Amino acid sequence: MKSLEELKAIRERMQNQVNLRESGGQTATRVVVGMATCGIASGARPVLTALSNLVQEKGLTGKVTVTQTGCIGLCQYEPIVEVMEPGKEKITYIKMTPEKAAEIVERHLIGGHPVEKYTLNSADVK
Amino acid sequence: MMTELSLNVLDVAENSAKAGAALIQIAVAADPDADRLTISIADDGCGMTKEQLARVTDPFFTSRTTRKVGLGVPFFKYAAECTGGTFSIESEPGKGTLVTAVFVMSHIDRMPLGDINATIHTLITCHPDTDFVYTYSYSGKSFTLDTRQFREILGGVPFDLPDVSAFIADYLSENKLETDGGAEY
Repeated sequence: MKSLEELKAIRERMQNQVNLRESGGQTATRVVVGMATCGIASGARPVLTALSNLVQEKGLTGKVTVTQTGCIGLCQYEPIVEVMEPGKEKITYIKMTPEKAAEIVERHLIGGHPVEKYTLNSADVK
Repeated sequence: MMTELSLNVLDVAENSAKAGAALIQIAVAADPDADRLTISIADDGCGMTKEQLARVTDPFFTSRTTRKVGLGVPFFKYAAECTGGTFSIESEPGKGTLVTAVFVMSHIDRMPLGDINATIHTLITCHPDTDFVYTYSYSGKSFTLDTRQFREILGGVPFDLPDVSAFIADYLSENKLETDGGAEY
């Protein structure tokens, strides 16, 4: 069985970093995944997992928070991911997959440019 | 429709979180000898009135305002009952809710459990202020993950920190493997 001893080591290691993060300001970008029945049934869990993992791997944890929300009433477009950057208009990505999520981390969260082809706006135009 | 029972667990546990629960207890118990798989989700959230409880398995009832249907609980109920199993939901306003689903393991219509570890991991890391007690048993062996224990050891270190999040994932996968020997069902 995996023991809880390891957690103690993590605590020792992390406490300094956590203090740093807490004093690092509140201007984080929020990435929100719809996790109601509609979202989960269309594959939101792997999308959320991919986003959280990538945000951690790419060292974005201080700048980006990944959270979840309920049904926003656009069930036909699930899985939906919303990106809210301070001072910018909210971007709504639809019909997400872990692969598309990886693109959004690369190009939007890191690169700063929304991936237009996956947005709700681009779907409405068609 | 859900493709894995673990997705139903995620969905129903989200209701508990939304009900303002401080503690959510999830138990998954597989007993191949008795041919039963029992899943329960208990919370100390706001609970439901008798009237709500009576309608909660009705797909055309929901407390949401975004749409007029609520399929989470009906999906879970049907998933259990179509295997010849049972489903029950008990609730009391102010006390909480207990959902129990029993599946006949060998039934052809039983959905696979799926990635239950991912469900528990997602719940814990996405609801940092809620405590979870997860108990997994297989053929009499079992292990428990109690976030209250984790919290005590970690002090103020949050669950969504990469190292902690990775520890939770490893804790789940290693202990599950030790409990069920890698059985797939």
